[in-house]
Amino acid sequence: MSQTFDEISSQLRKRHRRSARLKWISMGALGLAGLFLLWFFSDMLGKGLPAFQQAQIQVEVDYNEDASRMGRAALDPDLSRLVSRTFERMIPVQIRENPELLGTSETRWVLANAQVDQYLKGHRHKLNEQQVVLVDELLAEGRVELKFNTNFFTTGDSKMAEASGILSAAVGTVMTMLVTLAIAFPIGVMTAVYLEEFAPDNRFTQLIEININNLAAIPSILFGLLGLAIFINFFGVPRSTPLVGGMTLALMTLPVIIIATRTALRSVPDSIRHAAFGVGCSRWQVVRDHVLPLAMPGIMTGSIIGLAQAMGETAPLIIVGMVAFIPDVGASFTEAATVLPAQIFTWAGEPEKAFVEKTAGGILVLLTILIFLNATAVILRKKFERRW
Amino acid sequence: MQTNQLLAMFSGVLLLLGLIAFFLGRAKAARVRASGTAMYAQPDQYAWFAVLATAGPAITVGAIGAFLMLLLGAEIPTLYLLAGSLVIAAIGLLVGVSQVKPDFHARQAIERGIRWVLVGAAMISIFTTFGILFSIIFEALRFFKMHSFWDFITGTVWNPGASFLAAAGRAEEGATGAQFGSVPLFAGTFMITAIAMLVAIPVGLLSAIYMAEFAPSRVRTLAKPTLEVLAGIPTVVYGFFAAITVAPLIVDLAGFLGIDAAYNNAVAPGVVMGIMIIPFISSLSDDVINSVPDSMRQGSLALGMTKGETIRDVVIPAALPGIISASLLAVSRALGETMIVVMAAGMRPNLTANPFEDMTTVTVRIVAALTGDLEFESAETLSAFALGLVLFAVTLSLNLVSVLMIRRFREKYRVNNL
Amino acid sequence: MNMQAAPRQTIGAAPEVGQPHTRNESACHDLSIRVRDLNLWYGESQALKGLNIDLFQKNVTALIGPSGCGKSTFLRCLNRMNDLIPSVRIEGLVEMDGRDVNQVKMDEVALRRRVGMVFQKPNPFPKSIYENIAYAPRMHDLVSRKPEQDELVEKALRDAGLWEEVKDKLHQPGTSLSGGQQQRLCIARAIAVQPDVILMDEPTSALDPISTATIEDLMDRLKEQFTIITVTHNMQQAARVADYTAFFHLGEIIEYNDTKTMFANPATKKAEDYITGRYG
Repeated sequence: MSQTFDEISSQLRKRHRRSARLKWISMGALGLAGLFLLWFFSDMLGKGLPAFQQAQIQVEVDYNEDASRMGRAALDPDLSRLVSRTFERMIPVQIRENPELLGTSETRWVLANAQVDQYLKGHRHKLNEQQVVLVDELLAEGRVELKFNTNFFTTGDSKMAEASGILSAAVGTVMTMLVTLAIAFPIGVMTAVYLEEFAPDNRFTQLIEININNLAAIPSILFGLLGLAIFINFFGVPRSTPLVGGMTLALMTLPVIIIATRTALRSVPDSIRHAAFGVGCSRWQVVRDHVLPLAMPGIMTGSIIGLAQAMGETAPLIIVGMVAFIPDVGASFTEAATVLPAQIFTWAGEPEKAFVEKTAGGILVLLTILIFLNATAVILRKKFERRW
Repeated sequence: MQTNQLLAMFSGVLLLLGLIAFFLGRAKAARVRASGTAMYAQPDQYAWFAVLATAGPAITVGAIGAFLMLLLGAEIPTLYLLAGSLVIAAIGLLVGVSQVKPDFHARQAIERGIRWVLVGAAMISIFTTFGILFSIIFEALRFFKMHSFWDFITGTVWNPGASFLAAAGRAEEGATGAQFGSVPLFAGTFMITAIAMLVAIPVGLLSAIYMAEFAPSRVRTLAKPTLEVLAGIPTVVYGFFAAITVAPLIVDLAGFLGIDAAYNNAVAPGVVMGIMIIPFISSLSDDVINSVPDSMRQGSLALGMTKGETIRDVVIPAALPGIISASLLAVSRALGETMIVVMAAGMRPNLTANPFEDMTTVTVRIVAALTGDLEFESAETLSAFALGLVLFAVTLSLNLVSVLMIRRFREKYRVNNL
Repeated sequence: MNMQAAPRQTIGAAPEVGQPHTRNESACHDLSIRVRDLNLWYGESQALKGLNIDLFQKNVTALIGPSGCGKSTFLRCLNRMNDLIPSVRIEGLVEMDGRDVNQVKMDEVALRRRVGMVFQKPNPFPKSIYENIAYAPRMHDLVSRKPEQDELVEKALRDAGLWEEVKDKLHQPGTSLSGGQQQRLCIARAIAVQPDVILMDEPTSALDPISTATIEDLMDRLKEQFTIITVTHNMQQAARVADYTAFFHLGEIIEYNDTKTMFANPATKKAEDYITGRYG
């Protein structure tokens, strides 16, 4: 007779402890990864949420002769140091466009400069003591206030932190993504259809397959080098434009769409194809009328995920020059433009402290869009998920 | 006339010809059919064939002409080229319509055309790879004409210095000082990659073990997509996080331990990159561990092994090819990562083993070389392509090895979902 | 009176609870595992219904019955492998060495050390042949020094009848062996930890006839040292190797009998129908 249960159990105690330790450690690792995520999001929210509020100041604007040459003259000299320079610069322009303003005056809320804004938010600021006293007084009178920062969504980049916004970058992103999708979606779907439904299983097909898998893992910056050397230098596509950016990103998105489409096509059972062949459809008719419609939700999901990935990409766009300073919304695909991640990159490089919150604010906007896109993809997948 | 207008006119006329082809073809087919003759295809199919015969050759000729102009520098006036294409379109129309005969297999002809279009689409991905390869090799070769390959690979000083003067024809003024030794850049890249792996592999692998072996299924279905969020965050955002939040923290921590750390030390981008890479490892490892056959686990448990021993000594060794493959992919990803290091690592090539010093990486130098207001022909700009070439070679080989390893795992256990 | 009809008349006289219907006098009758009123549910559906059986030491007991009758499930109750399935619920007594193995206090790892198992499909670890066998004894501290370990590996392989075939390639992976060799490797692996009982879940169903014969011989030799409980689909196999046979049907033990009697003269109609091939 071998050992009794009790003897074995006592030998096992240490080994059970070690086994339990593995469980706790691995659980801790997952928890740590979750904590990273939590840390990241709380940090971004903490830094970025203030960007959606901006200090405004109520001032008396006096449209006098001097003001038509130098906007600062329209304001009280003390207050003018607290007002954003972008507002002052606009006064002569307004007078020129609207001559009847001359000689009138009005009380209105205008953008305060970044220092006032940072002071109100309790961040580091460069106001001197008198200015601090003045702002405190104004605050008590209710003439300085933090208001919702509509400016952030309605203007483009600016050298003045308080006046800069994400509109031009957002429009640039939309245009770039349109180019990306217009190229990557048809080519990606056609490639997948060819590989999955038409291609014979030969060396050439395998070469394409290996190549696509590799393309998905090539560092994104190398796509930038391709864009620079081939699109810009060789084909002469204008630099810094949504066209060249979109083309570069399209090549990056291509493998994502191809792989997703192939998975979707493969999940359509062969019985459907056989049924369609059975009623006399040609191969192309089978694909067009039966397989593709069934695979469409999967294809859309994959494309949205690919789009979200392209939307967050920065490195290749820097290489093709899409980090330009773009204060105005671009109107065409061949004008210089920037995109949201590139705007974030530009702002992150600004030495001024007030830009930190702008950067984080831009990040929050970008993350919101990406989360929205990915959630759409998930919902789409859930809704159309079909088990055969 | 401007090229844009010419192109617009060309498209307009081609569209018109296509419409004519469609309606002529359909009318003719309908007529033949109405006369009681049996035809091989539907009238619409004949119509589409006529359209294809009109537009296909014309567009092909136009595209070939454009390529000839670009590649060989041949001077073909755009007007003549487009006009020629249109003539070909007209001929195609006539041929297409004349082919509307009862014994002509219009559908098969169309499907042959479609097939070629699909093959063409599939070729784009091949062209992209070769495009990357050739553009990088071509420019890199120009760089190696100016600076020796050997110095590039073995040199320990990276100092592009005033190399742009050489391109401007003023070489004697200071270009002699330019040195392109890439060793410090690769050292920095490997240092940051190593730090990233030190974070990502233990956390990712252990998370995968927990999800696959211990977690109740509810936790698992929740945890996996949550972790994948980490991979979906744009790298520029991680870069900002590394530079603004993590780097000062690392400096404080290092200061607390009595170590002098630079603000653009290698630890901050390394750690943040590691966080980013966790899901790459955890997700693939989780899949691999899950596809280790259950009979392995049962075999071990039936011998009186504890669950921990079973995982450590049986499951993990069985899943090892997949785990290594995931880690290689992660390394390749870390080597090529750009934004995090551009924003949080240093610019100064620095050959050191101290991760708290600032150091730069290959990708940082590529970006730096291509964003300055430098002449494209200068050695510094071209050096970006030389660096890109090495990066391409390294990541490509890592990917290939990784694919081979996962294939071996798949064949061993006949798993199809990996 | 017709001699052959005699056993039929014992149908009414049921044996004691859990005891075989007829005794095989040449077999050992020391109790190894006692099962009383064992019920098992997969979620809502009941897979085992009130089982009672006494399993004897140093015997081969075969469990037969149509597929889905619960014989494998029952086998897995004996070393608590069913614990791995979350929806399983067990009631009743499985007693070994005076202890109820289903108690929470019972350490299932300790139980499995004394009740080994060989599976339907050979499942060698992704390690060398040597390591496949040496791994568990080393972990259990059964061996401490290298020569001791070598000796144990050789003994286990000899007992499993595999030594001559693999002694020159001990460090090749276990998966490089043929199916029958792999299964004998798994048996060697199980006996190397020196259990009391070895459970075999259709050990030859994935093997060719020659390998099957080898393993049947092996079972015959191993019962000198171990209690072997085997599930089989193959009635000839049960007839060849088992001392006792239990016939399962729809989660119940219909008949538990001396193997010879079971096949020559079953006590129940159902067992007879099954054995003569009317269903299965």
